Amino acid sequence: MSAVRPDPSKLYHRKMPATWWLTKQSYFLFMLRELSSVFVAAFLVVYLCQIYQLSQGPDAYSGFTQKLNSPGWILFHLVALLFALYHSITWFQSSAVVLPLRIGERVIPRPIVTALHVVAWAIVSIIVLVLFVALKG
Amino acid sequence: MATEKTMEPLWWGLFSAGGVVAAFLVPIHIILVGFAVPLGWTTDTGALYRIWWVKLYLFVLIVLPLYHWAHRFYFTLNDTGLKAISKLLAVLCYGGAIVGTFVTAWILLKI
Repeated sequence: MSAVRPDPSKLYHRKMPATWWLTKQSYFLFMLRELSSVFVAAFLVVYLCQIYQLSQGPDAYSGFTQKLNSPGWILFHLVALLFALYHSITWFQSSAVVLPLRIGERVIPRPIVTALHVVAWAIVSIIVLVLFVALKG
Repeated sequence: MATEKTMEPLWWGLFSAGGVVAAFLVPIHIILVGFAVPLGWTTDTGALYRIWWVKLYLFVLIVLPLYHWAHRFYFTLNDTGLKAISKLLAVLCYGGAIVGTFVTAWILLKI
């Protein structure tokens, strides 16, 4: 099968200003959601740096964790946490759309599917917390 | 262009898996690493990161959201007027995630 594809270079593209996402609240929230991935990744890179300190000895590790107790790093983690929470909520909302749940013929309403995700999220978070406290040594 | 088309499901799969991992696991880790330990609510010697299955868990926790970032950031940059350098952005974003994968594996094996 050979579909007729238009030459991409001959297609008309309407010029969009780079600030299109500032023109409407829903666009802005979309942009925040996309940018949440930057903060999540940034946090994980810092976390990886902390884990790397273990190879430099126990003093390097405790020095690193103490350094995180500074206004700048607390602010960084606060911003990262807010973006991460925004990612979680929007992800659960869109999961309810992408993966609708059914019981027999009945489709479970989206808010309930999202709420189930939130419950599962809380349980997973508690498990991570308990394991961390149990294993931290 | 054939490879681009066949690679798409792979990138999307990694994006999606990374989204799930980030949504369920990252907030509690930010609370633990960013607040609980530095502010002294709990102590942490890092000993748990030397347990083999914790390493495996950390690999998943760190690596998959990197692909999630790569996918989202790539499209965001494309949508904010950088379509002209789309190829370069793809290399930087997905390449960055691939490098991150190896660096993460190396660090976890080293500690």
